[in-house]
Amino acid sequence: MINAVGAPQSLLLLGGTSDIGLAIARKYSRSGLRVVLAARPSDRRTAAAAEFTGLGCEVTEVDLDARDHESHAATIEQAFSGGDIDIAVIAFGLLGDPEQAWHDPGLALELAEVNYTAPVHFGVLLGQRMQAQAHGWIVALSSVAGERVRRSNFVYGSTKAGFDGFFLGLGEALRDYGVHVLVVRPGFVKSKMTSGLGEAPLAVTPDQVAEVVVDAIKSKRELVWVPGPLRAVMSGLRHVPRPLFRKLPL
Amino acid sequence: MGMNDAVVPAIKPSLPEEQPVIPQPLVELHGWGRASGTMSHLAQIDSVADAVSALRKSDDRGVVPRGLGRSYGDAAQNAGGTALDLTKMNRILSLDASSEPATVTVQAGVSLDSLMRALLPFGLWVPVLPGTRQVTVGGAIAADVHGKNHHTQGSFGNHVRSLDLLMADGEVRTLTSDGDTQELFWATIGGMGLTGAILGATVALQRTETAYFLVDTDRTADIDELMELMSQGDENYTYSVAWFDAVTRGRHMGRAVLTRGNKAAIADLPLKLKREPLKFVAPSLGTLPEIFPNRMINKATAKAFSTGWYFKAPKHRTGELQNITQFFHPLDIVAEWNRVYGPHGFLQYQFVVPFEEAEAFRRCLELIVNSGHLSCLNVLKRFGPGNPAPLSFPMPGWTLTVDLPIEEGLDKLCDTLDTEVVGAGGRVYLAKDSRLSAPMFRKMYPRLDEFLAIRHKVDPTGMFNSDLARRLELSNPAPSGAA
Repeated sequence: MINAVGAPQSLLLLGGTSDIGLAIARKYSRSGLRVVLAARPSDRRTAAAAEFTGLGCEVTEVDLDARDHESHAATIEQAFSGGDIDIAVIAFGLLGDPEQAWHDPGLALELAEVNYTAPVHFGVLLGQRMQAQAHGWIVALSSVAGERVRRSNFVYGSTKAGFDGFFLGLGEALRDYGVHVLVVRPGFVKSKMTSGLGEAPLAVTPDQVAEVVVDAIKSKRELVWVPGPLRAVMSGLRHVPRPLFRKLPL
Repeated sequence: MGMNDAVVPAIKPSLPEEQPVIPQPLVELHGWGRASGTMSHLAQIDSVADAVSALRKSDDRGVVPRGLGRSYGDAAQNAGGTALDLTKMNRILSLDASSEPATVTVQAGVSLDSLMRALLPFGLWVPVLPGTRQVTVGGAIAADVHGKNHHTQGSFGNHVRSLDLLMADGEVRTLTSDGDTQELFWATIGGMGLTGAILGATVALQRTETAYFLVDTDRTADIDELMELMSQGDENYTYSVAWFDAVTRGRHMGRAVLTRGNKAAIADLPLKLKREPLKFVAPSLGTLPEIFPNRMINKATAKAFSTGWYFKAPKHRTGELQNITQFFHPLDIVAEWNRVYGPHGFLQYQFVVPFEEAEAFRRCLELIVNSGHLSCLNVLKRFGPGNPAPLSFPMPGWTLTVDLPIEEGLDKLCDTLDTEVVGAGGRVYLAKDSRLSAPMFRKMYPRLDEFLAIRHKVDPTGMFNSDLARRLELSNPAPSGAA
């Protein structure tokens, strides 16, 4: 249960090695917090588990393979085997090389599966659990890339557009059951996902995203941008006519 | 374990075979602090049969009994499960005024307010009254509430002779404070509704000539003077409690108004009151509307209130005659007073530390006063001996209560206080709690395993469950399998 001062008792990271996911977990970590790290087995996952154990958390590692749909139900089953989950973060995702992504059918399919199909599947599985427990938060890490899909990374952007729409809708569906969905739209986040890319304006760190997420949950928000001013920027960009939009250096 | 099911006669409620399915909507339930609401199915219980039927229909989220919702945190809510609304089971079943002591048998949903009103004309008095009369007898037992007379007369559970408990197996058993059922009886006292649902109880009463009190008031310059004064004279009074200023720092930290008193006899009353010595004086100024913003309690208002309240009291006055509302329940004059804290709600932090840990007690007070978190309704009291209940809160020592609006940094303050309290061998009060962590709770209640063993025996699948139980890992079986 999230207590009266906003501290959760359990946290599930789907994408248990994601920089943003781990940053969120660090914000909440305290003695006795149950942390479930769902990710592919890796040194990164082991290291993350060690870090949170060191902080006094009770850590469970669970295997997650976004492309193996058959395995998703078992992942959720294991994640909830220790009791209710107060906050579940959907943090896994794949950026891919944007030009390769629309030339290579395999990569396009992978992006669609990892960034859209799997989150929808997990969203439904999580929704069932959360509906039954009648409390809790699903934090869906979306992206401004999905708010108006642009030529420069449209395969990724389109998956996030679908992702974003699904979780906004899931939030509406779960409202009456006391379950909250928070959709987070970060801009450029300096993380392992974007390492090697040139930094965009208004870039943020995973820690800054985590801070916004914690505040948003405390004040029961459903949709946030990181950083905040991106909301106004995107609001403008959404309405730029196509002939002009394609000329913008985005 | 001493309880032997064979010797406990079970009352078999007569149930119609096919109960109509009453749709139970999901509603948001929260405690008096209004800070952590969740959605539960609220089942209206009008009879024992209703309660049994709701229990049988419950799924793995379980059921929790709920009374008037005055526990501050998440004790009487059950996310995704069922809460049994027992407030309609509010009949006084029988009164034995001739026995010594007199006893009354009630359904669990009777409020202490209505019980007092019914008993006073007979010159009978409810033995333990918490800070509000708007609690049910069932809740008073499940939280083992205490009042201003704890140092002389113990907590509510000390006065319960027997209780009827609806247990996880769907049967109602009568438990008594001694004999074969005493183990489950005492686990139910202070057991927060997790051993079963209390459906009725027989309570021993006190006799009184009047509904008035002779009250002595003392204003102290600081916390040390207060503790000194209380240590000296408390035994001369049945009732004793202090309000203290939790805003003023420095030399006058913890300055206080101590009120102590005894029941007045008819001879103590002026002629005008002698005609109606047992009159129940309970004025109502109405209900607070839901209009207050967050931060109503700010530096200016808290300072003004605390200073005003302090200087309003006389430096030293003896023998003042006060009525029930003045002496016991000034807050009951205004219904829904918790709305003053605004939509973010508030929490109450009440802890006790043993007498020999007076230094730790003072450090806690200092932490609160210097934290910048503002509390106006602050209570300090000395507890007497505890009772045999494994989860009962009171123990001999100093207890302190503060009301804190939910604001940034409050979690850190409470965590720091927890550490200090645990270090001193003390604990916090579950009826007030809405944020304690399971590991801290375990350290505070050394008899927890004893309680869990009894609970596991009478409710092996954890049919009785609540948000508080999940938060403090009292759910059975332990979800992690670590019990």
